[in-house]
Amino acid sequence: MKYFGLIWHNIWRKKIRTSLTILSILVAFLLFALLSALGYAFKYGEESADAERLIVIDKVSLINLLPIAYQNQIASIAGVHSATHATWFGGYYQDPKNQFGQFPVDPHEYFAMYPEFKMPEEQFDAWVKNRTGAVVGKDIADAFGWQVGDRIPIQSTIWTAKSGEKTWEFDIEGIFANEEPRGNTSMLLFHYDYFDEARAFGQGLVGWYIVRVDAGADPVQVQNAIDAEFENSRNQTESAPEAQFAAAFAKQYGNIALIVSLVLGAVFFTLLLVSGNTMSQSVRERISELAVLKTLGFSDRAVLGIVLSESVLIMLMGGLLGVGIGVIAVRGVAASAGAFLPGFHFSPTAMAMSLLLMVGAGVVAGIFPALNAMRLSIIDALARA
Amino acid sequence: MAEVLARLEGVSRTYQKGKEKVEVLHNLDLQIPTGDFVAIMGPSGSGKTTLLNLLGGLDRPTSGTIHVGGAELTAMSNSQLSHWRSTNIGFIFQFYNLLPVLTAQKNVELPLLLTSFSSKERAERAAIALDIVGLADRARHYPRELSGGQEQRVAIARAIVSDPSLLLCDEPTGDLDRETADEILKLMQILNREHGKTIVMVTHDAQAAQYANRTLHCDKGTLEAREAA
Ligand SMILES: Nc1ncnc2c1ncn2[C@@H]1O[C@H](COP(=O)(O)OP(=O)(O)OP(=O)(O)O)[C@@H](O)[C@H]1O
Ligand SMILES: [Mg+2]
Repeated sequence: MKYFGLIWHNIWRKKIRTSLTILSILVAFLLFALLSALGYAFKYGEESADAERLIVIDKVSLINLLPIAYQNQIASIAGVHSATHATWFGGYYQDPKNQFGQFPVDPHEYFAMYPEFKMPEEQFDAWVKNRTGAVVGKDIADAFGWQVGDRIPIQSTIWTAKSGEKTWEFDIEGIFANEEPRGNTSMLLFHYDYFDEARAFGQGLVGWYIVRVDAGADPVQVQNAIDAEFENSRNQTESAPEAQFAAAFAKQYGNIALIVSLVLGAVFFTLLLVSGNTMSQSVRERISELAVLKTLGFSDRAVLGIVLSESVLIMLMGGLLGVGIGVIAVRGVAASAGAFLPGFHFSPTAMAMSLLLMVGAGVVAGIFPALNAMRLSIIDALARA
Repeated sequence: MAEVLARLEGVSRTYQKGKEKVEVLHNLDLQIPTGDFVAIMGPSGSGKTTLLNLLGGLDRPTSGTIHVGGAELTAMSNSQLSHWRSTNIGFIFQFYNLLPVLTAQKNVELPLLLTSFSSKERAERAAIALDIVGLADRARHYPRELSGGQEQRVAIARAIVSDPSLLLCDEPTGDLDRETADEILKLMQILNREHGKTIVMVTHDAQAAQYANRTLHCDKGTLEAREAA
């Protein structure tokens, strides 16, 4: 575009002012990148959910346990393909801040329920044979430098063994990966049979059921049928698609999406005031120059376009720098702590969103000064100069 | 008699000042032949700038018609006028009105942005215009690095770069010392005689008016522009 030189030089008319404006835009978009990565991490469970999987929990509370006997009852309901269970072990490795998921499960059933988890067959077989064996996801293995053959202690915050010990030791027999490139593998799985036998209390109880719906069956009907089945039991159930369960689980940490939106809303409101002010100052101090351009034959629309482009260009410079730094920061965090925050990632959607935001904010900040410049009367402006 | 470049017929311009109407130009008839160099003198507030604005299509008369170079300005829309200005009129102001953020070269290139010339052609034409005003060696300088006389030369180069037939100058030497003013006026004379530019120049300076072929006097704020003795 041939007006670029003109636009570019106008932008740098007041170098310090423009630099400060760009800096504030940079900070806003850096925040945007970090917060949307965080929001994505919390929404991540929902997005990676399988539509054919249901989660069945106790109706009163997620932390209430359900009888193991429910498994056969659920499995016999029409439309249910298979059912298995898992339980929250609530442990950490060495330091309480090293929290991640550990679940006592039935190896065959669990891996059939989650076909996206992949591991070498001989490792799986070795795990099945070793009662105190466990398998770990690749992310968590990388994070702690664990290898097959290691014996690791996990301190549970919930479960005491019959020995009175709260530290449980497991032999790592295998490491599994998630077929989906960004899928979560920050977890440790071990034998439910061993767990049930060794725990000091809670025998015969599990945390929740995972149900696979028959292909072609209506998940909503199956969900209702399961809850109806246990309506008159001591533990009533609440079934929900995996995605909904993940969303409800994330909500335990507060409404992250809402907080993110509020913070970003405030940041961008301030940003519009700052850059809108920069643009109107910049137009005000060159009224006579704009009048000269019009005198030379630049149309009203060209003048509008020049001022708007300045505003958008400033926004793009700050925005791209901010998002660029944000992406590097997000990668850094994901590389060093991704195991604890699966899905912490600046998504392509967020990238597209940020570009839209840059152009949109540029237009909003520049539109009134640009309209003023467009409507400027040449003779009045020249007479004033 | 030479061909007429600009023709005003029954032109009036009234300004509304609050409730009062001020008639700055009243029923003015004026013809400017092609190749003329006219000086316009008159007291402050007599309507000299108003007349230039009308001739350049920056302002519209309250009544009457204006023709310049075959175009009827009074019948054109604002955007038509704006396009017409870019190829037919060169403006020169008292305070030069260069863009401070652009070099001399880029200032001169400005009007060419409205043409279909390539950036190379624009640069070449601007260089020629700067050469005509004697500032080829200052092309890369910014306005703040130039003297007043040099700034006005750059402004003249900008006014002639798209080769308009009519130059409208509002007190072009009003901010310059005698010696520099004379240099600028000589340059304008060259543009008139050698490059065939028709020039209308408003001035308060009788000596400056000497450079023109004839002088018109604007009187009393209203009414007439008559031939000087
Ligand atoms: N936009 C406007 N609105 C109202 N009145 C105006 C406007 N422009 C000019 N006038 C009035 O019209 C009259 C003529 O103004 P003009 O600028 O043409 O005078 P001038 O002869 O160029 O004066 P000077 O020598 O001071 O430049 C003045 O009384 C001025 O106040
Ligand atoms: Mg004037």
